[in-house]
Amino acid sequence: MATAVTTPATLTGSFTREAFAAHLERVKHLPAWWLDRKRAAYERFAAAPMPKRTNEGWRFSNLSTLTLDGFNAAPAACRFDQLAHRELGVTGAGHLVFANNRLVASQALDASTAGQGIIFDTLQNALLRHADLVQTHLLAQPSRLGSDKFAALHEAFLEDGAFIYVPKGVTAELPVGVFHYACGAGAAVFPHTLVIAGENARVTVADFFRSEKAAEAHFACGGNDLYAGHGSQVTYIAMQDWSRATLSFQFNATVARRDARVLSLNLHAGARQARHESFSQLSAPGAHSEMLALTVAHGTQEFDQRTLQIHQAPHTSSNLLYKNALLDQAKTIFSGLIVVDPDAQKTDAYQSNRNLMLSDEAEASSLPGLEIQANDVRCTHGATSARIDREQEFYLESRGIRAAQAQELLVFGFFEEVLGKIEHRELHDTLTDIIRTKFREN
Amino acid sequence: MKPPSEIESAPTENPVAGIDQTKGDFKYDVSYAFDAGKGLNEDTVRYISSVKKEEPWLLDFRLKALKTFLDKPMPTHWATKDLENIDFDKIRYYLSQGQKPKRTWDEVPDDIKKTFERLGIPEQERKFLAGVEAQFDSEAAYSNIKDIVAKQGVIFCNSTEGLREHPEIFRKFFGKVIPTADNKFSALNSAVFSGGSFIYVPKGVKVAQPLQAYFRINAENFGQFERTLIIADEGAEVVYMEGCTAPKFSTSTLHSAVVELVALKGAKIQYITVQNWANNVFNLVTKRGVAHEDAEIKWIDCNIGSRLTMKYPGVVLKGERARGEVLSIALANDGQHQDTGAKMIHAANNTTSNIIAKSISVGQGRSTYRGVVHIPKHLKGCKNNTECDALLINTNSRTDTYPAISVRGDKNATQHEASVSKVSEDMIFYMQSRGLTEAQAMSLAVNGFINDLAREFPMEYSVELKRLIDLEMEGSVG
Repeated sequence: MATAVTTPATLTGSFTREAFAAHLERVKHLPAWWLDRKRAAYERFAAAPMPKRTNEGWRFSNLSTLTLDGFNAAPAACRFDQLAHRELGVTGAGHLVFANNRLVASQALDASTAGQGIIFDTLQNALLRHADLVQTHLLAQPSRLGSDKFAALHEAFLEDGAFIYVPKGVTAELPVGVFHYACGAGAAVFPHTLVIAGENARVTVADFFRSEKAAEAHFACGGNDLYAGHGSQVTYIAMQDWSRATLSFQFNATVARRDARVLSLNLHAGARQARHESFSQLSAPGAHSEMLALTVAHGTQEFDQRTLQIHQAPHTSSNLLYKNALLDQAKTIFSGLIVVDPDAQKTDAYQSNRNLMLSDEAEASSLPGLEIQANDVRCTHGATSARIDREQEFYLESRGIRAAQAQELLVFGFFEEVLGKIEHRELHDTLTDIIRTKFREN
Repeated sequence: MKPPSEIESAPTENPVAGIDQTKGDFKYDVSYAFDAGKGLNEDTVRYISSVKKEEPWLLDFRLKALKTFLDKPMPTHWATKDLENIDFDKIRYYLSQGQKPKRTWDEVPDDIKKTFERLGIPEQERKFLAGVEAQFDSEAAYSNIKDIVAKQGVIFCNSTEGLREHPEIFRKFFGKVIPTADNKFSALNSAVFSGGSFIYVPKGVKVAQPLQAYFRINAENFGQFERTLIIADEGAEVVYMEGCTAPKFSTSTLHSAVVELVALKGAKIQYITVQNWANNVFNLVTKRGVAHEDAEIKWIDCNIGSRLTMKYPGVVLKGERARGEVLSIALANDGQHQDTGAKMIHAANNTTSNIIAKSISVGQGRSTYRGVVHIPKHLKGCKNNTECDALLINTNSRTDTYPAISVRGDKNATQHEASVSKVSEDMIFYMQSRGLTEAQAMSLAVNGFINDLAREFPMEYSVELKRLIDLEMEGSVG
């Protein structure tokens, strides 16, 4: 249509109408309802303006470096052996490896786990074989935290991702790993992980985001949906380690039903500018969401984290702990909001942002917010920014520990409060290792 | 302990300044000698300026401000949409009794005296009130600078007089703390301001008694646009108290003041407000102070009245070791939105700031804390502490908290904490078991919640505050 084609190029950047048509061509075998949704999403993306200075959802963010130009909307396939792949570190765990939006390697679940009816497959396969489940839960939550344009872009260009379904009463003993790689300069990737836990089911999923080469610039626009059915327990861990030149967006939507417990832990280390939006909906009594994040910000990196905890039902609880360690000229933004709907009495919500300032030029902004419309609640939030406690440092040094080592010990003490929430021992060690390496690299 | 019957019959008469809404609920016909009519345009501004016989620079200043006001959009991208209900064309921007500020009580016209009488200021008190600046509508109707204060060299007058008689001090500081374009409402004030206080405390002078001003609106659709400027010279100390009450009217009224404080090296300024406008008043106020080296500015802000209050007293900590503090109490009842908070802008090393905000939401009332703490780069030794506590009385009461804290570098420390709670059932049960009614128990619990802050107020204010809270809590339970 003539009117639609006139969308200014600046609004779509590299993600032109032609690029979208080419993308649709690649996924044309997928169900029609999904393609229709993608078309609608593209229109929303193309029509929406870029974020503006006056937009509260982007307060403190650097908008001048947000760009959709210069990326490759259809990066070429890349071979598994090109990747310096690091395993999950959990013996026998199943995994899926995606590179430039395509599956390049996988290990199926062991027979005993698979036998219980757990589905661990690509999103494309799930769209074809489990359409009902996917249709109900895939990107079912609207974007609420300011990135509607980029969330629409994600939906429009989402090519493939991981699908995990654990049926009623089943426990997936081992965690599953999902790896998303971006390769080649300018590659645009749209990773997605959909986790559905049936009644009383239990599952742990680890999502990794990496670049093939450290120097290449990528555009990453990913998302995940976590749906925790009645009484289920979902643990989701994401490790964002894109190249330092990457522009990254990530959207999380968590829905916790009656007595469900969701723990999501996001580790942020990579990207030039990374925005992470996390949304938890506590929709029935007894639901609990644990929202954790750990950021190591180096150089001139900017990490922009926006969260929303919505308590819709009585007797729900949520606990948010976002910890940032800031070095060099790095910048972090934490903007969180707890919303307690009218009648969601007996809500217990907590929100905490701790910034550890390790450099004189780093900058941390905190916007911890509350919107409470019920009176019988316990809602608190706290935000602090400070350097390492000098007394602790002094104590360690007085015991003969060198200054640099003392600092590392204290920084890891700061991290451990978050990392310690991972119950799976091997997974905990893998992540601690990655963070340690990351921290020492600089 | 008193038997409950005695507590119940505690006098509700207010012996002090009577900032009691039921008493403010009346109106006298007043013949306005000067009236700029309704609506706002260049002619309104020119009219105000000519009535006040202002110099050309000030007219220019006002006209520029009017343009800024008209150009600026309503800040509804972050503020409540209720702002859109202000009809700027229906507001009177200036009216005056056409009198000069009075220095003695005898010169005050009888009808105005009557109004004060209804406000409940006892005869004795009236004579005693040191340095009272009672503003009746746009012009000060009563201005009495106590001899001692004047002898110390302190200037205390209304802003019009200040401009006329002390231009050398006024102009130097006027509009410097809060520039015209700071926000839409500071621009509006800059265009149409009249009234307000001007205070200058010379070097080393410590003003022994608080300087007080009572403000009052008494005309339908009438907005007040005071402009207050307080300068404490090096080592000076002053406490200023502002309290207000307004009659209840059916159509909206706009109040948009600008208050600028300058505390020079080592000076201390304490600014106390008890705001109790009628429930149809939009109270959109910009208050900010600049604290130089070793200076201290403390805002004590209490908001009980109005339909919508948006007020975030701020301190720019400009000199080393400057200190800023905001203590805020807000009470929002049905139909009210108290959107209050604080801003602390650190601009020098070793500056400290403290914000303590307590809010109470009753019925469908909504209270909001909004704050800014900013510590820019390359500063060291800066500290901020922020505590916000919200108390929700009824099941559908509402509270919001929106702080923004921005820190650069590893040599500063900030901490922010907020909590939301309701009155503990155990506490109410205990008090009821001792013979108090539920309402009395609730009132006592709420007073206990703000007690820490109320103690910081001068005695008569804290007594008044307790009475106001009792009044607001009536009918909130059961």
